Amino acid sequence: MSPPPLAFVGARIVDPASAYDGPGCLLISEGRIAAVTHEAAPPGLPEGARVVEARGAMVCPGLVDLRVKTGEPGAEPKETLKSAARAAAAGGVTTMVVMPDTDPTIDDPSVVDFILRRARDIELGHVFPAGAATKGCHGKALAEIGLMREAGCVFVCDADRPIVDSRVMRRLLAYAGGLGVMVAHRPADPWLTEGAAANESEFAGRLGLPSEPAAAETIMLERDIALLALTAETGARLMVDQVSAAGALQSLARAKDMGLPIRATASINHLTFNELDIGDYRTFWKLTPPLRGEADRLALVEAVASGLVDIIVSAHAPAPAEDKRLPFQEATPGAVGLETLLPAMLTLHHEGQAPLIRLITAATLAPARAIGRDCGRLTVGAPADVILVDIDAPRILDAQDLISKSKNSAFDGRRLQGRVLMTVVDGRIVHEVAG
Amino acid sequence: MSVPAPGLDEIRRAAEPFPKRHFLSVTDLDPPQVVGLLDLADQFVALNRQTNKKIDLLKGRTLINLFFEASTRTQSSFELAGKRLGADVINMSPRSSSITKGETLVDTAVTLNAMQPDILIVRHAASGAASLLSQKVDCSVVNAGDGQHEHPSQALLDMLSLRRAFGHVDGLTVAICGDVLHSRVARSNVALLNMMGARVRLVGPATLMPAEVARWGVEVAHDLKSGIAGADVVMMLRIQFERMQGALVPSTREYFRLWGLDREKLAFAAPGARVMHPGPMNRGVEIDSDVADDLSVSLIQDQVEMGVAVRMAILASIAARLENR
Repeated sequence: MSPPPLAFVGARIVDPASAYDGPGCLLISEGRIAAVTHEAAPPGLPEGARVVEARGAMVCPGLVDLRVKTGEPGAEPKETLKSAARAAAAGGVTTMVVMPDTDPTIDDPSVVDFILRRARDIELGHVFPAGAATKGCHGKALAEIGLMREAGCVFVCDADRPIVDSRVMRRLLAYAGGLGVMVAHRPADPWLTEGAAANESEFAGRLGLPSEPAAAETIMLERDIALLALTAETGARLMVDQVSAAGALQSLARAKDMGLPIRATASINHLTFNELDIGDYRTFWKLTPPLRGEADRLALVEAVASGLVDIIVSAHAPAPAEDKRLPFQEATPGAVGLETLLPAMLTLHHEGQAPLIRLITAATLAPARAIGRDCGRLTVGAPADVILVDIDAPRILDAQDLISKSKNSAFDGRRLQGRVLMTVVDGRIVHEVAG
Repeated sequence: MSVPAPGLDEIRRAAEPFPKRHFLSVTDLDPPQVVGLLDLADQFVALNRQTNKKIDLLKGRTLINLFFEASTRTQSSFELAGKRLGADVINMSPRSSSITKGETLVDTAVTLNAMQPDILIVRHAASGAASLLSQKVDCSVVNAGDGQHEHPSQALLDMLSLRRAFGHVDGLTVAICGDVLHSRVARSNVALLNMMGARVRLVGPATLMPAEVARWGVEVAHDLKSGIAGADVVMMLRIQFERMQGALVPSTREYFRLWGLDREKLAFAAPGARVMHPGPMNRGVEIDSDVADDLSVSLIQDQVEMGVAVRMAILASIAARLENR
């Protein structure tokens, strides 16, 4: 049975698909968007509709997060699909793609099916698995990409592990391309990054941390671009996972100028923090790729603003205290992000670093298109995955308040602006702030 | 009955409270505090040359030497320093015990902390390990070497050796030579020597230099002879054998030929230049025995003696600010 109709009136409508940012109302019925108006006054409301007075709060599509790790299957104490889905609902994320480097690896159709069935039972949002590009994410033999596509994976990748063998990468791009499956890859030269815990710089040198140069990213990206050009006629598509360095952005711009089917993501962490945030060996800021210099961060923000970088991801990576309460070089990299993605984006907007519509587009419409979903837009007939957000609400984040089972937030203690008031998935309210 | 060593009361008065609860980095100190510690250490040098080397500044205190990484000289130096100050000292090398059973660094520290020690002296192979421990315990933590980060007591003992040999540190040109990249001794010395007005040069193959090292406020040279030209002090660093198998340096013999210190190369330094080494030395690799054993140029034996005195000064100073919990 579909939920009762829902109407947001007196809202600030932000819709990436029509590039509209202004007053309006939104009507949801039968799990779909039924009407959008550009006037503050409500349209004719159907019988039994619940009316939400937005009082100028933002209504925009729910976020689509293409890079989420949970611990399920295999490491449930870190995070389950359910705890991640709860965190996502609270954070305004209505669609998330989970990484394949679980235990067992998502490298065959039965594990894809397992994830989809578990997610369906949770009913808090859409969850899709990314399939492994290679068996076990070992970078050697192709995984069953065709069967996983039929089972419902939305793209393939080896999560954090770079595919070192250029011949494997070439065949992967061609094979997956021929099947219409996008490949995501984090560019990192394996030898330059081996054992590294930080970005190579004067700062890491003083801390005595093993470090990797930003060039490690550029080198691998240049290889990937050359291989993409080689395989483009098969239909190969590449998504560059978490660009972090200014040098790699130049390579990306050149590839786009050549007309290659390439897109790129940036993590909200790399858009917000720089290498100095490591401070006195704070392991919550240990990430893969490592936080870079401020010049790199500024270039990355600029690239999101210009559209060179298409997509923003949370790079949600839960790690329990015992994996983080270690010397920096021994600690597990990664930070949770589902609940802070939106406020951190809004904080970038409030600080004047990037325009609101660009930020919202990069976290809704652009990722939805990348995985071939018709969400991420406020278009009549589109799925009613919608959020209501007070974009101004100030907050000092206390990681202990997070819903996620792991509390390793890089935003702990940070001032953020923006609060999700309501999250709607397929017309159903899955999260609502009382009052 | 032994005769009391002279000046014990003077030492007691000179032991000023340490500026912080923990001693993790040379940057925990400012120049007057460094001078104060070195002055105090000078008095301990005199005391250590007496037959009765004991003073009761740490009487009743418990000191734990927690060495996750093997060490002979630093560990025995801290042990002697603690015992001469009257503390109860125990040595732990958890490499072989609980760590292999899966207990983490923090678990070990919290366990030891519950035994109410007053000072924990820590050496660990990871940079930042001492800082991490200091956040988890309520006793004082002294960094005895954390990975490739810092070894602050070594920098202080080097400075005491220099001050006693030259009468001052300000204005000296000190060339630190060899594997700077992996050296915590180099990092602590660069910071402390800069703070105290010495001029620092770093000399070694480019593969053994940290990124953007020229921004550390030092001069950088990749040729030993020009790097030590006119230097008052040549401080050689230890290089590990594995690093000379082609990964960073082609071979041991090429390393010695280009960056090993012998008489011929030392002649390029200033007349009367002194040679230092934090130990343990690889003779015939980074330093020729002929140079290392010549007491008219080598300060290496002095460094070991100053080590105990400086560590007594550090411990006495930290103890002076300890309170009952």
